[in-house]
Amino acid sequence: MSSEHHGDVNYLNHEKGLKSWLTTVDHKRIGMMYLFTVLFMFLIGGIFALLVRLELFSTGPTIIDMNTYNQYFTYHGTIMVFMVVIPLIPAAIGNFVLPIMLGAKDVAFPRLNLATYYIYLVGVLVACTTLFLNGVDTGWTFYTPYSIRTSTSTTLVILGAFILGFSGIFTALNFIVSIHKLRAPGLTWDRLPLFVWASYATSIVQMLATPVLAITLFLLIFERLTGIGIFDPKLGGDPVMFQHFFWFYSHPAVYIMALPAMGIVSEVIPVHSQKPIFGYKAIAMATFGIALVAFIVWGHHMFVSGQSELANFVFSLLTMFVAVPTGVKVFSWIGTMYKGSIRFNAPMLYAMAFLFIFTIGGLTGIFLATVATNVHLTDTYFVVAHFHYVMVGGTLMGFMAGFHHWFPKMFGRMYNESAALVSGFLVFVGFNVTFFPQFILGAQGMPRRYYDYLPEFEALNRVSTVGSMMIGLGFVFSAIYLFKAMKSGPKASANPWNGKSLEWETTSPPHPHNFHDQPVVTHGPYDFIEQGE
Amino acid sequence: MAIVASERKHSEHFNSAEHEFVSSKQGMWLFLLQEVLFFAGLFVAYGIFRALNPEMFHAASQMLDVKMGALNTVVLICSSLTMAFAVRSAQTNQTKKTTMYLIVTFLLASVFLVVKYFEYSHKFHVGLLPGQYFTNTELTDPKSGLFFSLYFMMTGVHGLHIILGMLVILWLVRRSSRNEFGSNYYTPVELFGLYWHFVDLIWIYLFPLLYLID
Ligand SMILES: [Cu+2]
Repeated sequence: MSSEHHGDVNYLNHEKGLKSWLTTVDHKRIGMMYLFTVLFMFLIGGIFALLVRLELFSTGPTIIDMNTYNQYFTYHGTIMVFMVVIPLIPAAIGNFVLPIMLGAKDVAFPRLNLATYYIYLVGVLVACTTLFLNGVDTGWTFYTPYSIRTSTSTTLVILGAFILGFSGIFTALNFIVSIHKLRAPGLTWDRLPLFVWASYATSIVQMLATPVLAITLFLLIFERLTGIGIFDPKLGGDPVMFQHFFWFYSHPAVYIMALPAMGIVSEVIPVHSQKPIFGYKAIAMATFGIALVAFIVWGHHMFVSGQSELANFVFSLLTMFVAVPTGVKVFSWIGTMYKGSIRFNAPMLYAMAFLFIFTIGGLTGIFLATVATNVHLTDTYFVVAHFHYVMVGGTLMGFMAGFHHWFPKMFGRMYNESAALVSGFLVFVGFNVTFFPQFILGAQGMPRRYYDYLPEFEALNRVSTVGSMMIGLGFVFSAIYLFKAMKSGPKASANPWNGKSLEWETTSPPHPHNFHDQPVVTHGPYDFIEQGE
Repeated sequence: MAIVASERKHSEHFNSAEHEFVSSKQGMWLFLLQEVLFFAGLFVAYGIFRALNPEMFHAASQMLDVKMGALNTVVLICSSLTMAFAVRSAQTNQTKKTTMYLIVTFLLASVFLVVKYFEYSHKFHVGLLPGQYFTNTELTDPKSGLFFSLYFMMTGVHGLHIILGMLVILWLVRRSSRNEFGSNYYTPVELFGLYWHFVDLIWIYLFPLLYLID
């Protein structure tokens, strides 16, 4: 290589200037660009969430009028689902970590990788220009026929979501080929870190499900522009077909969000327990079990949409099967911690938060998967609470665990552990204070997406709003200490956590080409020496 | 073959040109897989509406011009053949022939679009239009517009793939005329060939589904 100073040259400093970033094909830099863009969108989506919660602090009009409220919860949902939670782990953390875990110099198609970033950016810009036009008020699900008729700038938001889909598809394609073709010598399939397995399964789901959403949104755009009538009952079309198509994507999308988070937890727990993972094969298989079941349960979103009773029965039964592979994973993680030398640090705090929150999310899913209770709970706050436990508790907690875990690798510096623990605790408590009352509200019959509610729901709504402020505060704290750590945190060593997978064998931050010499793998990713046996 | 291939410079994150080639090819297959699912949405919508309205589909299908459709089927199959020849010529170092076959493929694709243009303009003329714009009086079923929505969306999305493909062919012609392809490097030609056969295959399904309902 050109430089003799090992350790001095890294991916952050080997080239300087904005142009070197905008035209980079280095997966690590692209990962960083994704990270900061997605987190910026997280801020925007979060502000909308807080505004929605503030409006619901009291009965009657509180801070905004009804139509604005409809737009705010739609932006919150659309931004969080399509622009934050789906790309967060694969595009930001996955892009950075995955090729290094494989011992590769880059992803298989680096220029395509950069292109996906710009596709993402264009999708975000197209969707968000509507903030300055007529807005959008359909909810993130774009249900027909309302989404055909509403006079807001819905077309552009749908177009934005359509474009964002391709960004995900191409990232997935890149990951699949990279995992197949770019593994280092000795990195056999049974030595792959579980995050790689999770990324692999996620990518498959993403490749197979997203195109269906794409064609659905494409048809919806034409429905709005030229009245093709496919989803429009007035013209002989079928609005329920839209729901089928939409959930054929959007249920698997839940696993596009959750599987990578599970992958992160499978890395964080063994490393910070310094113990080999319990049930490596079981977790890898369960990952694919979940990916498979993901495709055959979408009808559980439509129990009250006029599905046949037989379909309801079958979808209900199949949905219950999700619990099996998920349970296998949860028990394996707990088994890994058992008798381990557990460190209580931020990655571990968030991993435990994941276990706690995601398990509640999963268990409340059973109420929704059961047709009889579902009829009562459909479109209530119970559903809102459930999917926030799954999506926020799953993906966001997983992301925070992974972000802290790989932070030293990404920036070559350590964050402040006690600040991280305080913020993490605030986020965890705030999360439960926000969303647990919503289970009760929903069970009592408070409908979701309504601007107003009955006076008896006010107390729990106030608790929920206070909780949302705690989450907000927790993330503001996180942003402060993380930015501080990036600038002036103490230097991190190559392997601060004593991890065994390949990313810990290179310098922190890594060399532009990841490794000075081609690494050769001789052991599994979790070969820790067992303590006390 | 592998020895020849390794003479070409390859991207540095691959071990060899051969390694890069097989990886690119896998990427292309995955891309086509997502294309299948993209079209699947349209085919499923078609299947459901046809099952619900068998008579309407039958009657509406009679309004399509089978001769034009058949002609286009032949044109596309021929273009697939010339594309295959283009790939073969690149693999065997016949650069001039590669360029020539690519141009012929481009011309056949243009013929396809011209035929499609005449079909479309005839439909426009007699009011056989999608959904709310349907004004034809020969077909009596009020849902007939749905068939033409599907017809225009399916052939339209397919046509869009043809147009995008033609742009790629132009790029390939340019590179081929600069002698960039040969037995040691023909990845773009081969990958595009896969895409082109796929687009052809979609039409092979569209033609009977739309034109030949009996
Ligand atoms: Cu679902």
